[in-house]
Amino acid sequence: MTPAVANTSSSHPIHLQQLQLDNARALLDRSMVVELPSPIDSPKEYLQGVIDGLCELSLKDPLTGLGNRRHFRAVQERTIDGVARSGDPALLLMMDIDHFKKVNDTHGHQAGDQVLQAVAKTIASCVRPMDTVARYGGEEFAVVLPNCHTSFGSTVAERIRATIEALSITISPSLTIKVTISIGGAYAPEWIRSTGALWTERADVQLYRAKSDGRNRVCLDHQQEIYVSAEEKNLLFGHLSLGDPAWIESVSSELPATAASSAMQRVN
Amino acid sequence: MSDVLNPPVANETTSTVPLKPLGKVMAVTSGKGGVGKTFVSANLAAALAKLGHRVLVLDADLGLANLDVVLNLYPKITLHDVFTGKAKLEEAIIRAPGGFSVLLAGSGMVEYSRLTPEVRDDFLRIMSGLVPHYDVVLLDTGAGISDVVLFAVSLASEVLVVATPEPTSLTDAYATIKVLVGQQKRQNIRMVINQTARIGDGRAITVQLQQVLDRFVPTEPGRPIKLIHMGDIPADPAVRQAIMRRQLLMQTTPSCPAAMAISQLALKLEENVISRNR
Repeated sequence: MTPAVANTSSSHPIHLQQLQLDNARALLDRSMVVELPSPIDSPKEYLQGVIDGLCELSLKDPLTGLGNRRHFRAVQERTIDGVARSGDPALLLMMDIDHFKKVNDTHGHQAGDQVLQAVAKTIASCVRPMDTVARYGGEEFAVVLPNCHTSFGSTVAERIRATIEALSITISPSLTIKVTISIGGAYAPEWIRSTGALWTERADVQLYRAKSDGRNRVCLDHQQEIYVSAEEKNLLFGHLSLGDPAWIESVSSELPATAASSAMQRVN
Repeated sequence: MSDVLNPPVANETTSTVPLKPLGKVMAVTSGKGGVGKTFVSANLAAALAKLGHRVLVLDADLGLANLDVVLNLYPKITLHDVFTGKAKLEEAIIRAPGGFSVLLAGSGMVEYSRLTPEVRDDFLRIMSGLVPHYDVVLLDTGAGISDVVLFAVSLASEVLVVATPEPTSLTDAYATIKVLVGQQKRQNIRMVINQTARIGDGRAITVQLQQVLDRFVPTEPGRPIKLIHMGDIPADPAVRQAIMRRQLLMQTTPSCPAAMAISQLALKLEENVISRNR
């Protein structure tokens, strides 16, 4: 924005009375996501509060309080960027409550909702605060775990599965429901800028495998590690480190052609 | 089918000669950029065309394509237009100076540098339409080990890894091979060492890579990884001249050492890859 425009806008301050904020306010009051300051004492903070509250609402699943799919996508993209830059492994778990339709059909949708809430809370309790748990759809949940070493992945997933299996969900004094969950997981390919869709697809394939293998189990996609260790590098050009004179001479005899090779880098 | 899809190089009477069942698809990849992937792809295509094969080079470096730069071609229609439905596939295929066909991605197709399911489907559709019309399809992939590169390589029945004797190139070639073995369960990977200083360098490098692979990359029993040394391209000042003139080495100086090496490489590929398919 140019200074001239900024001046113009500041000479015409927005008055809250000119804005239709009632609906937004009602929405926020109902969901109680934020404590809003007084619109009369600090109108700017109040407006910012309304906007922040709406943003938060738009990323939340109203039933479970988890992140919704929009939130999940954003976190996933951010995580892929991180993995591509740092190479730190990140795990995606896709999970689905087994035979959830039966719960709805037998006990009604209200009981079904209570099961979803209890499962959501339990999943969230099994992971670190830095992990993102989201409701992906119906009875499907997704967890993004950044900085999750490949050797810990199955431990985390198995902890979630076992905790859900042990959980008794009290619907009413006379009704307790038990459910199980199937989990599929995949690591974001290290150092590679993949897409959220492909990453989800790989985890989904594993979820499908867990389902068809009999449910209530964990299946993880084992991506080959592509890290090249110092030992491997050393062996790759051992001739160089050992100072094999013939080798070094043969490589450095290309020196006069350096200009040529840099030109090729540009063209090729 | 359009005549463009049946270039009259090998068979002048395309209408009476039935199409071969399936051409060979070979991915040319490297890990590191700037080792001469596109240079090798283009000149190898010219050498194979000279041997009488119908060759297509497909610019699979979707994000930063530059086969057009190497070949000095400025097509109006590119793969981009085919992807977006603005042109037919036949319209995007053009004749390169060396007697082969090219399908150019068009520089800066940035939105395709990320492999979405749509890009993947487009690519698959295009490939399956093209392959039956050629003896050899060379996929000139981008640098690095991105999803797009891995996907392009996954479409190929053969992989040719181009490396130079420099440590960075060797490390990246090794990392690429590791991924291809791990993710695509590849067993045979063909190697070309570019810019070698003396005879035997390429073979020594290939043996060295093979030894490190054998030691560090686990394989399933009965499925060993085999690096096949296909040849060396010696460092040759004529290469630089051809590149700066933006012409094919096979046309500017067909009898220089590097061009001879590429002709040899073409013969070896014909013997080991193409004729097996005839």
